[in-house]
Amino acid sequence: MTVFTAALVAILYGAGVYMILQRTLTKVVLGLALLSHGANLLLLIVGGSAGLAPIIGHFTGDDTVADPIPQALVLTAIVISFGMTVFLLALAYRSWQLTRDDSVEDDAEDRRIARQLAHRRSEGRR
Amino acid sequence: MRLLLPAPMVVPLLFAAFAVLAHRSRNAQRALAVAGVSVALAAAIAILVVVNRDGPQAVTIGGWPAIIGITLVADLFSALMLVISLVTVLAVLVFAVGQRHSDQQMAFHPAYLVLTAGVSLAFVTGDLFNLFVSFEVLLAASYVLITLGGARDQVRHGMTYVVINMIASALFLTAIAFVYAAVGTVNMADLAEKLGTLPDEFRTALALLFVVVFGIKAAVFPVFSWLPDSYPTARAPVVAVFAGLLTKVGVYCLVRSQTLLFPGAVPGWLLLTLAGLTMIVGVLGAIAQNDMKRILSFHIVSQIGYMIIGLGLFTVSGLAGTVFFIVHQIPVKTSLFLVSGLVEESAGSTALDRIGGLLRRAPVAAALFGLAALSLAGIPPFSGFVGKLSLVEAGFGAGEYTIVAVSLVGSILTLFSMAKIWNGAFWGTAERPTPAIAGTTVKLRTPMLMTAATAGLVAVTLAIALFAGPIYDLSHRAAEGLIDPSAYVQAVLSS
Repeated sequence: MTVFTAALVAILYGAGVYMILQRTLTKVVLGLALLSHGANLLLLIVGGSAGLAPIIGHFTGDDTVADPIPQALVLTAIVISFGMTVFLLALAYRSWQLTRDDSVEDDAEDRRIARQLAHRRSEGRR
Repeated sequence: MRLLLPAPMVVPLLFAAFAVLAHRSRNAQRALAVAGVSVALAAAIAILVVVNRDGPQAVTIGGWPAIIGITLVADLFSALMLVISLVTVLAVLVFAVGQRHSDQQMAFHPAYLVLTAGVSLAFVTGDLFNLFVSFEVLLAASYVLITLGGARDQVRHGMTYVVINMIASALFLTAIAFVYAAVGTVNMADLAEKLGTLPDEFRTALALLFVVVFGIKAAVFPVFSWLPDSYPTARAPVVAVFAGLLTKVGVYCLVRSQTLLFPGAVPGWLLLTLAGLTMIVGVLGAIAQNDMKRILSFHIVSQIGYMIIGLGLFTVSGLAGTVFFIVHQIPVKTSLFLVSGLVEESAGSTALDRIGGLLRRAPVAAALFGLAALSLAGIPPFSGFVGKLSLVEAGFGAGEYTIVAVSLVGSILTLFSMAKIWNGAFWGTAERPTPAIAGTTVKLRTPMLMTAATAGLVAVTLAIALFAGPIYDLSHRAAEGLIDPSAYVQAVLSS
């Protein structure tokens, strides 16, 4: 079971990174969502094997009990990544409203340098 | 202590809630924000006094014993960071209030207070996961601040900022998961004892993961390029507080994690190489720019390199230099950005070919820029000189002559690009003047409060230079506590 979840974590990280490297904003947002899911799942499985709920009086000495700390941590992390993803979606929507375009724009300085290079090359040819 | 230690974080959060409720009245929001930050600053000063007298202080939250519950802990390093950050936060807040139009959105003051709370929490938390939460708190507020207004440029550059920080957060969470899997705790004092038992290779791998995570936050080479891309489009007070504080929170966490959690796990030569490259690449980037805000943004990166030197040397004098340098850098960097805000306010632009001759028309701004710029470049007798001198001495003491040479070259280049701003903005005439510049010879007016806030912060940097002796002593003792964290660990585990 742990091997299966570990593989799932790896797939989520891989797919997330691949999506973040795309030029479409929506894909970047989805990639970040996948990446944070991967991190949350990883945090959950480091708590070790599944067991009874760790409530006092709910288990006897020889029962296996789940480690509550990673669960508490992952709950917090899920809420945070949910909030951030929503903010990013709102930002992507605002960007689409302003530009009617879903792609990540080039850096202004990069474009300036590219223009200068092109200019210099055409000068050189003459 | 039970009330004092959480105060710099709890009070701004509480006042942020009040500021949301008071969203109809901008003046009420302003009063609440100034009051919240002032109370936090008073608490921070009290913490510094107590920690200076009695050593590291720890408090457990909610009555849970340490290790299970969340611990807040302040040693000399955290207390120093807390005080200087909150001084800077207050000055920038006054600047924003004086500027009038920058706090027109009702979200500004609440977000600003939440940012303050997040920064304070990052400095005092003694729990690795809580540190992650504090980062998210300050980042969430900073996302709002950097995109406030929702103009096209802000959204585009804000996007870069949000995406890169979300990736860093996911990596941070991954690192925490690995640490928990290895030793089963996230309390930093407990980790300090338990991580030492891990195999060396595994410790180094974990430590490097933390270097990457905090390196992104601190804008260390080679993961710095998001910073000069996203900062210059934000409004002057916002970019000033980001420039002063957010990268330094990253450096603080880098220092804390490499001294408390993983001492000696990352080889010194690697950190020194990163430091040297950060300094040189940052300052070369600055020289190539033609806009005041962009030049200053690249300088943030360059100065981060100096802070890493002490960590790479890993000696008491090296770390003392680092602590002093961060304390000097926070107000200096912020005041330079505030001056660029003054320039933008009076001349209508920060592009160096569109402004010029401001020395005659905005002499106060020119004087303030001159003082802060000389301090940044490290000219004696300003505070930057003391910081750089202590780092250079520590470098000689450890026999690392290459990094000393690189840092001196970096200083000269810094002076060069400061001179470029001076020539472009304050001397000469504008090549393509803005309407505010063209055809006028009268003095340009800026609101008094903005100038006063900037002058106050420049005065703080001068005070650091004036009291360099006592502050360096404090930094030295803070560094001793970083090299030998037994008092820190003791304070947490016995609380």
